[in-house]
Order: sequence, then structure tokens, then C-alpha cells
Amino acid sequence: MTPVYLDNNATTRVFPEVVEAMVPYFTEQFGNASSIHAFGSDVGGALRQARRSLQALIGAEFDHEIIFTSGGTESNNTALRSALAANPERNEIVTSTVEHPAILSLCDWLEKHEGVTVHRIPVDKQGRLDIDAYRAALGPKTALVSLMWANNETGTIFPVDGLADLAHEAGALFHTDAVQAVGKVPIDLKSTAIDMLSLSSHKFHGPKGLGALYVRRGTRFRPLLRGGHQERGRRAGTENAPAIVGLGKAAEMTMATMTDDMARITALRDRLEKGLVQAVGHCFVTGDPYDRLPNTSTIAFEYIEGEAILLLLNKQGIAASSGSACTSGSLEPSHVLRAMEIPFTAAHGAIRFSLSRETTDADVDRVLDAVPAIIDQLREMSPFWSRDGAAPQTFDPAYA
Amino acid sequence: MWEYTEKVKDHFFNPRNAGALADANAVGEVGSLSCGDALKLMLKVNPETEVIEEAKFQTFGCGSAIASSSALTELVIGKTIDEARRLTNQDIAEFLDGLPPEKMHCSVMGQEALTAAVAAWRGEDLEDDDHEEGALICKCFAVDEGMIERAVRTNKLTSIEMVTHYTKAGGGCNSCREPLEELLADVNAAMVAEGMLKPEEAFVFGAAPAPKPKKKKAQGFVIPDMPPVAAAPAPQAPAPIAITPLAAPAPVAEAPAPAGRTPAQEAIAIARVIEELRPVFKADGGDVELVDFEGGLVLVSLTGACSGCQLANQTLGGLQKRIAETLGRSVRVMPVAKT
Repeated sequence: MTPVYLDNNATTRVFPEVVEAMVPYFTEQFGNASSIHAFGSDVGGALRQARRSLQALIGAEFDHEIIFTSGGTESNNTALRSALAANPERNEIVTSTVEHPAILSLCDWLEKHEGVTVHRIPVDKQGRLDIDAYRAALGPKTALVSLMWANNETGTIFPVDGLADLAHEAGALFHTDAVQAVGKVPIDLKSTAIDMLSLSSHKFHGPKGLGALYVRRGTRFRPLLRGGHQERGRRAGTENAPAIVGLGKAAEMTMATMTDDMARITALRDRLEKGLVQAVGHCFVTGDPYDRLPNTSTIAFEYIEGEAILLLLNKQGIAASSGSACTSGSLEPSHVLRAMEIPFTAAHGAIRFSLSRETTDADVDRVLDAVPAIIDQLREMSPFWSRDGAAPQTFDPAYA
Repeated sequence: MWEYTEKVKDHFFNPRNAGALADANAVGEVGSLSCGDALKLMLKVNPETEVIEEAKFQTFGCGSAIASSSALTELVIGKTIDEARRLTNQDIAEFLDGLPPEKMHCSVMGQEALTAAVAAWRGEDLEDDDHEEGALICKCFAVDEGMIERAVRTNKLTSIEMVTHYTKAGGGCNSCREPLEELLADVNAAMVAEGMLKPEEAFVFGAAPAPKPKKKKAQGFVIPDMPPVAAAPAPQAPAPIAITPLAAPAPVAEAPAPAGRTPAQEAIAIARVIEELRPVFKADGGDVELVDFEGGLVLVSLTGACSGCQLANQTLGGLQKRIAETLGRSVRVMPVAKT
């Protein structure tokens, strides 16, 4: 049975061409890019090439606006701490309730231990940012706004372009966590007011352990890691040359076919989504129906629990993920679904299918084939479900 | 993913005794949808011998919750009520060759359901008072003192983390941390006095630094004296987000409508919104039409693929929002059969 991998927002398969491009930088061209000899200078050229490929993918004006990091988390940490350190007269951060933990946990820490005031802007039931609350939170003390380009759980896209303009009106820097957006939506940074952008290589078929932070030229910056002069002194540490080369190759390949790929992926996603919603019933798609990543579909199935669904899917070789509490080790459903006020009847049964350009029609068929029976099977077992499907049974617990 | 034992997997993939038991004469229900797991245990008890002849379950929950329920039914079938009531969550966990620590609450849920079913059989009325067994400690997961004390005693729990693993108490907002610590310390002290626990193992109140309860989410800021965002005469009208063009369809309301439209003008405005959103419905193979409009109620008819489609509700929500934005007041959009 061929496995069906629909968890591409978690990570993607590294393209074979990317692996191939990386190998020589382990075996032959192993030099340190900072060295004067040929071993080093060859590597230096490859890194420049990779930087330019990424520059093209995100539409940066200059290639030196890109700082390679160890991944999205480091990029986010760098961006937030740099903005605070470089603007000591401002000590407030504006972010949203649905950001990735790489932003939210850091904000919690900064608030608790470093005297930073954090405004967390709520979202509506489709996961769209409350613009009025956003405007109201901006002020003369705002050092940085950090809002994600696209949500990892629902795919909902924030209008970062306009949000950045509003941040600048308040004199604040604007950072976006674009880890899920890069490679899935067209990005042209030079035509926006965005000051900083985080991205991660393994979300678009590059290697893990590598990311980048875009910092617009002229933005005041303070490095997170100090040491050597790599990345123009903005991120010390010997460059991870094989991974950077891999990221460059992945960026190049993504760029070459993105428009076609995304049209195809959207069609596949829509077929999957409509097929499931029609076949299953008592379920709904979460997120902004009008402005969502083309590859992401999170469907909340009522009256059943997500981990049970995933285990049964896995048994049939289908990989997806869940916003349910039980898979994450926490006891409550995902903060994103809670922020969107998805009712508990459904939040526990939310399943995320995330596609990639390697997803095929056959994959979608397999899921359409498997899911309805799995949902039926679990609902048959659920005390909240009645067979006729009309209304859930009354359930009257003695303790609760 | 969790490391489940083969036995857990077996009872999850091939649950025993799942489903409703029509002629059950002792039923125990615990948990709720909001808590993330719930179990309804149905027993058929022989009135003469008090032997449990049949047991079935219905469970809403994760893999280990379903496996624990299945194990529970296997454990109680053939036992008398007296024997069954002596079963503990440890018996359920052992039957499954163990559960991950974070999942022990699934076995506790099984025991709680059994306790409720036995109480129901005995005619002890637990349902009149939800919290007969002492104060409600954890409001997030509705866990009371009685349940925590039972779990602590049965499983010799000596840390807050363990109590959370076994009962879920304290696993939400964490605002019950202090009463939870007090309770655990009291129960442990009693266990030491009874010789169940060594003094050095007991949890002592105040021993662990109690983290502050999580702050409430910053929902709804107190807005300082800010000028109105747009020239919006109707204060309840959300200002339109004219930042980036929405993908599709084109934003309807350029600015909130001035108040004081006549109903006829409002009807025209609504019809225009519906016209603009029709392509969305048509793209899905259906159609939408305005049927009637009165006060705060907009009646529309859905045809084609839209009628009876689950997605339609969501799309109608979008329509409702657009109309509300246009009129500057809240309205309800309801689908009706076309007359």
C-alpha cells in the first residue's frame, strides 16, 4: 500500500534533486566558506548562488537582505529580540492569538521576564484578524508588530501587506512569520512595507535545520548570536553550506513551477474538501473561505475525537494531523481553534490535510475513500451521535 | 505519536462491546464534549444474582479512551456488582499492559463510569447533585474533590503533574493550582497517617513553586481615546477592511451605509450584495436568491448543489456578514424553500 502523505504543513519530503545538489558539499566541497583557499572560495560561490535563488523566491530587492539561520524558530526569535534591542524607547509588541508557538511562547517569556507589553489581537470565527483591535493596539510604544502571513493550522492568510503599512504609521517595525506562506503564495517583498520575514526551508522541500530571516536594508538590527563575522556579522556561526545549497535548489525549483503547482493543488484540495464535507456530513471547513493557503484544509468533524481519526487513517497509510488535544500532549484543543471559537463539539475532531506539489489525484481518491467509513465507525461508538444523524443523543453524565 | 502497547492498539482497532445496549438496567455516564472525552457504560445486571451479564460502551475520545472503555467492558462481564465495584483504574491499565502516563485519565474515566453505573444499580442518586462529592476543583474539566481523592488514593499520586495525568484536573487554565495542591497535600497526609504512604513521599503544600494562573486572553482591548477608524456613523458597523483586495468576491461595502435607509432602499442594497456573491454559489454548482426581507430577517432560497450542502451554512455566514456590513446593523440570513 503506497502511503499517502497529507501532512505537508508539518514538513515536506526533500526533493531528490535537492539531496543531489547537497551531497557534494558534504563529500568534496567541504571547505569553510570563510577560508581563503580554493576549498573555501568554491563554497562561497555556491552560497551566493543559493542566496540569489531565495532572493528571487521572496522578491527581495537585495540578496544581502537575507540572513541564513537554523530555521523558522531562530528567525522569529531573532526578529523579536532585535526589534526590542534596537528600539529601546519602545517596549510593546503587537501580535495575534493564533501565531505559532515560536512567536507566542517567546512573547509570553518577554512579557513575564523582560517587562515587554504584549498585545494579542483576536481573530473572528474564520480566523481573520480583528483589524479594529489591531489599530487600537498600535501606539507610540509599539516596537514591533509580528503577524503571520498564513496560519499553519487553518491556512488563513492575513493581509500582511496592509497590516505592515498600518504598523509603519505608528512608527513600528513589521515582522511576519511566513514559514507556511513561502513557496505557496507569491511574495514580492520589495513592493511591500514588510521589514522582516521568517521562513523555513523544510516547508518547501528543502532540508530541515535551515531557515532565513529577511531584514529590509536600513532596518536597525541587533544579532541574536554573536561571534564570527558570518552573514555580515548578523548571525555568527559557520554557514551550514550543504543545507544552504539545498535551500537554494528548493527555492529555484519551487519558483519555477509555483503558479501551475498551486492551481493544481488548489483544485485537488477543493475536490478533497468538498468530497469529504458532502460525503460525511456534520463537519465543516475551518478558516477563511476566501483567503486561505491553496494546500491546507482543516475539517472539523463533529462528535468524535481527532486522535482516534488519525490512528485509523494511519492504519490505512494516510498521514494527516489534528488540532485535537490528545495528540499534542496538552488537554485542550489547539489555541488556534479556540481563538476562532470553534465549538467544542467539533474542535476535538479537527483534522488538517495539507497537500504539496507531490500530492496526486490518486492520493485524494484514497482519502475520499477512507475517511467516511472511519468517521462512521467512530460516530457509531460515540455517545453523542445518534444513528439517524438528526440530533445528538442526550448525554447526561453523573459527574461533570 | 503516543507509544501504545499492542493491547491498547488491539482494543482500539477492534473494540469489544462497542455500541448501545438496549435493555441495559445500569448505566453510568461521565465526561462531556467540552472535556474532550466522555463514556457511557451500559450494563445488563441479573437482578437475582447481581451478575453483570452484558456490558457495552459508547465513547467519545482518543485511542486510549476507546481502548480503556473496551477493556472495562471485558473486565466487568461475568463479575457481580460487588466484584465489579472493587475494580480500579489500575486494573484497566494493567489489562491493557499499561498506558502512557499522560493518558492515565482514560483509565480513570472508565472507573468513574463504572462507579456511576454501580450507583445507578444500587439506586443511589448521584444525578441530583453534580458535585455531591465535595467542591468542584478544576472548572475546565469539571473535576471534583471526590474524583481527585479516589485517583490519588488508588494510584498513590504524589505530584500535581501526576494528578493532571490521571484526572485532567489542572490541565486547562491552571487557576485551580492552589486548591489542587492543598487537596493533594491533605489526601497524602491522610494516606501517611493510614500507613499507605511513606512520609518522605507525601506531597507537602507549598513545596512546589506555584506558577501564576495563566492570564486571560487579551480579548477586546480597552480602546483609549482613539479617533473613529472610518467616518462611520453607525457605531456598531465594523469598519471595512480596505487593506488588500480580497481574493473573491470583490468587497461589497466600500463604507458603512449611512443610517436611515428606508426598508425599500435596504432591500435593494441586500439584493445587490446577493448579486455580487452569486458567483461564489454558482462556482459550487448552486445558486442563491432573495426571497423576502423584513426587519432583521433576510430569507433566501438555495438551489442546485447548495441546497442541503454543509458548506452552504458557511457561505451563508459570509453572506450574512456582508449584508450586516452594508446595512450597518445585524441581520439574520435564513435559507427557506422557495415558494
